Amino acid sequence: MSTLTVEPAAGPSRLTPAPPALVHVRRFDGKTRALHVVVMTTFLVLSASGIPLLFSEARWARLLAMLFGGFHGAGLVHRAAGAILLAAVAYHVADVFWRAFVKGERGIFWGPSSMVPQPRDVRQFWQQVLWFFGRGPFPRYEQFTYWEKFDYWAVLWGTALMGAAGLILWFPEMASHILPGWMFNVALFVHGAEAALAIGFIFVVHFFNGHLRPGKFPMDLVIFTGVVPASELQHERAGQWDRLVAEGSLDALSARRPDAAAVRRGQILGTLALTAGLTIVALILFAVLS
Amino acid sequence: MARRLGLSLATLLCLGVSIAAGAQPSAVKPPGNEDCLACHGDAGAKAENGASIAVNAKVFSGSTHGPLDCVDCHKDLATLQEFPHPDKLAKVACAGCHDEQGAKYHDSIHSWAKEKAGLTAAAPACADCHGTHDIRGTDDAAGRVFRANIPATCGSCHQGVLQQYDHGVHATARKAGNDAAPVCADCHTSHTIQRADNDKFRLAVTAECGTCHSEVVESFRRTFHGKVTELGFVRVAACADCHGAHDILPAYNAASKVSKDNLVQTCGACHAGANESFVKYDPHPNPHNYKRSPVMWWVNRFYTVLIAGCFGFFGLHSALWFRRSRRNGGGKS
Repeated sequence: MSTLTVEPAAGPSRLTPAPPALVHVRRFDGKTRALHVVVMTTFLVLSASGIPLLFSEARWARLLAMLFGGFHGAGLVHRAAGAILLAAVAYHVADVFWRAFVKGERGIFWGPSSMVPQPRDVRQFWQQVLWFFGRGPFPRYEQFTYWEKFDYWAVLWGTALMGAAGLILWFPEMASHILPGWMFNVALFVHGAEAALAIGFIFVVHFFNGHLRPGKFPMDLVIFTGVVPASELQHERAGQWDRLVAEGSLDALSARRPDAAAVRRGQILGTLALTAGLTIVALILFAVLS
Repeated sequence: MARRLGLSLATLLCLGVSIAAGAQPSAVKPPGNEDCLACHGDAGAKAENGASIAVNAKVFSGSTHGPLDCVDCHKDLATLQEFPHPDKLAKVACAGCHDEQGAKYHDSIHSWAKEKAGLTAAAPACADCHGTHDIRGTDDAAGRVFRANIPATCGSCHQGVLQQYDHGVHATARKAGNDAAPVCADCHTSHTIQRADNDKFRLAVTAECGTCHSEVVESFRRTFHGKVTELGFVRVAACADCHGAHDILPAYNAASKVSKDNLVQTCGACHAGANESFVKYDPHPNPHNYKRSPVMWWVNRFYTVLIAGCFGFFGLHSALWFRRSRRNGGGKS
């Protein structure tokens, strides 16, 4: 028996089966959520252990480094976290290709549930701008919005680039067999600039878009619980909702409301991450402005 | 030297007498300089052991302490009434007046060597650098601690170092008339001299190099070496580790630690496996100087645009979203 009842069209969705209040829809599977926790944790650790060097002239820099047991300890922690992040991202990329080419899963590199930017994203960005100015309805987003895709590719690209630069700096003697020594200078510069970009982007833009903006404030738990209330999905991703209804795959994705413990876990993790990230932003602002 | 060897029994006796006499100060008139010079003014005056005890009155009156009385420093003689006085006098306590310098000296490697490590004869106290009756100020060209004379003063013990220094860029610059070029005390300080492998000293010297070589140190601060040392950790190279300390030579000099032919060895001191490609690393990059760091110049431009673009775009994006959401009554989306 279906947990969803189909009712006459109303609201933003064309087919619009108005769901019972308790129904949730699965958005992220366990693997994705685990990946996010690993990326989130290592990114925070990398930021905290790296900014003492990036902002070595700041008054808090030495203190923060001492938290990791001094420069040597901070270096060890930074490299360990970097290795874990690289491994996690490499695993993810391998998994994507495995799913696409070995398991023959469709829609990974193109289509409504793909992470690859498509003409739809440009269109929806324009619709979003019109909506900002009250000149149009909220875009009928698919599984991933253009800003989510930007986040995703920024992390992928950033990890690859910072990982490469980090490895050069980690093993300069080895790297010197392939690269001229001045590339260490470039690697350090890129590592620092990309770090500033990533820290700023994740702790300001991603935090706002994903968690802090009105309607989500103080945080969106979907990345921790994996499920989103059906009404929210229907409203925010009308395109996906309609597609799922048309495909008849909504039932398979329906889920129970996350239990209190899972919500609590998500809230604690999310609060810790948001606090740590915003603290780092505050430290950087303090360093830049003073 | 023998005079400085501490209190002998006789001196202790004298002190005992002087302390007892000190109870009735009005009864004793301390000897004046002319009283002392009556004996010590004779250029041939010798102690029982044959050591000269002559004081040149002219030299003394020309010294920075010229206006002082002998007993201002030789305090134990102030209350003595029997002359000739015993051979061994109390050590002159310079810190009695120069307390700041005394405290600094007390924390120095010289004091440590003398007081703790047992180098009682070799390690210097005040008089070994400043002289005794011929003390002159730092502004007196005839003095031992006049800027130009400091290398010779330090070099009277540190002879090997003086030789290295004499060949280095800094001495060469001094000989060419650049008085700003450093002498020993500029890097080592005068009274707070530390061991050269002391962490604090190594970090402080980098800043000292920067007082003249400001752009060089600024570019060094952009590197991993520079950032780690700025944080106060010394596991990585600072100026002297690559350039040397007393024997600093310009890179075009084949004998220099940073000459083309020596770079592999110099970098290799820390980076085992350093090679010709490795030493193409620039320890002083400047992304704002296209000639010096062309690739970094481009990378810097790229990131300036990228960072400004990203934050500009998403800053505006977020602001518009926030504004729209509030107009929406803070509701969904």
